[in-house]
Amino acid sequence: MADGECGPAQALAMSILVRMADVYDAAELMDISQAHIDSTIYLGNATLEFAERLASLGARVAVPTSLNVSGVDECGWKDWAVKPEWAAKAARQMLAYERMGAVPMWTCAPYQTHMRPVFGQQIAWGESNAIAFANSVIGARTERYPDLLDICCAITGRVPAVGLHLTENRRGELLLRLDGVPAALQQDDQFFAVLGHLVGKLAGDHIPVIDGITSSPAEDQLKAFAAAAASSGRVALFHMVGVTPEAPTLEAAFQGHAGLKSCATRMEVTTINITVADLRAARRELTTADGRELDMVILGSPHFSLAEFSRLVPLVAGRHAHPRVKFLITSSRLMKERAHETGVLEPIVSFGAQITLDTCILASPMLPPEIRTLMTNSAKYAYYAPSLLNTRVTFGSLADCVRSAVEGRVVRDETPWQSA
Amino acid sequence: MISGRVLVAGEAIGDALVTHDALSFWGGYDFQTGEIIDKHHPLAGICAAGRILAVPFSKGSSTTTAVLLEAVRAGTAPAAIVTTGPDAFFALASIVADVMYGKPFPVIALEAADFALLRTGERLRIDASGVISRSE
Repeated sequence: MADGECGPAQALAMSILVRMADVYDAAELMDISQAHIDSTIYLGNATLEFAERLASLGARVAVPTSLNVSGVDECGWKDWAVKPEWAAKAARQMLAYERMGAVPMWTCAPYQTHMRPVFGQQIAWGESNAIAFANSVIGARTERYPDLLDICCAITGRVPAVGLHLTENRRGELLLRLDGVPAALQQDDQFFAVLGHLVGKLAGDHIPVIDGITSSPAEDQLKAFAAAAASSGRVALFHMVGVTPEAPTLEAAFQGHAGLKSCATRMEVTTINITVADLRAARRELTTADGRELDMVILGSPHFSLAEFSRLVPLVAGRHAHPRVKFLITSSRLMKERAHETGVLEPIVSFGAQITLDTCILASPMLPPEIRTLMTNSAKYAYYAPSLLNTRVTFGSLADCVRSAVEGRVVRDETPWQSA
Repeated sequence: MISGRVLVAGEAIGDALVTHDALSFWGGYDFQTGEIIDKHHPLAGICAAGRILAVPFSKGSSTTTAVLLEAVRAGTAPAAIVTTGPDAFFALASIVADVMYGKPFPVIALEAADFALLRTGERLRIDASGVISRSE
């Protein structure tokens, strides 16, 4: 295929893939049946030139392929500080990937759409939060694919047969045990995002196994965990004992190798205990603002789901955001439409919320310079915004975010974190 | 003199910039200037353009590769990247920089013990076979 017998775009993609197979030390390539493309994020001329080169060579995806966030909200960018030249180039990059036959859903939460993969499915996904979610929460199988390679996998339908595609490489490598973390704290709205931030830092390049979860986390809590761990660290797969599909038991999470009772192939596994003090420290790290000033509440990294819109409704009912504070939710066209259809969007908009689609504040230069202080319930926003946007961030619960928006200053309920 | 596994071959000379903390280039590297901007990272505020960047592995965003490609195009990329163990992200960025612009940068994977010998500020030379030596 690298010789061009299937067309120049496939040949180019395959030539990159073959060189990467050497990097991965792969003996062979294997088929995938789905892809998710993070290369959609416009950064500058290089990302655009790469996309348009492939498109101009006639590239077509060989498997069902979804598209990640882009660099611009195609319909809404004029309401923000996005420059027309940026918007035009980002839109060209979107068009290039659309022309390849991928599904233009423009979301970093493709696992909450009709293109959600299934357990055991071999896929090639980019987008760090989506990789961690697909592998860990669904049990689909993807390596940690970077931008520019994900599309080569989609065009060829092939990947190096290595890493997390293979059962033996999916076993846990590091045990992180919750030590005396009360059930009440585990029920707190911020718990899984904070735990994810901490796990990402502790895991290094190992597959972490988290033991001691007493609650039954909702999907959006696992989404928050995955996004946090893939921001502070390089977590592409985690096992949460009793929660995620490849970890019904501790033994299963280690594929029997760390069997605590009778396993003949027992191996030594490094164990780290996570205490309430560790969690408090991790939570403190997510806040980089020191005062109570607040310019904007920002929700939706990863993109806000229908369930998250629904959970917001009772919090905002009968209230209004302070006129000085912007309240922005980043989501996908699909989720906004569903929220509209089910009636949960209207009360949120009446509260004063704005919705940005297709992108997010990190991927599109949309915030005006007067926005200096943010508040969010997303550990991913809290991690990246200080560096990428030079803003200061307060991390809090969804209810804290709403209350702060109403009062026009940062307010947090510290009770669950002080009494634990 | 130490040698590692060549992930992407090439020659480079530059001052070493060594860290033991993983780095995401998206949210961590300004490709307009070559400055490391991740405020959580010990190298925050330091310019890595033209230097031999020794970083154990990539973390965080998939977009790390795209930031590196932009940096190559803008002339603000590190002269080479040295890691512990093979890191697919850095290698992919270099391979695509070769395909798009004919400008790959060496990516060399070292054993952890060899990586530990590297010191910031040393002037290093990397040759095409993956040998890293002090440059006089």
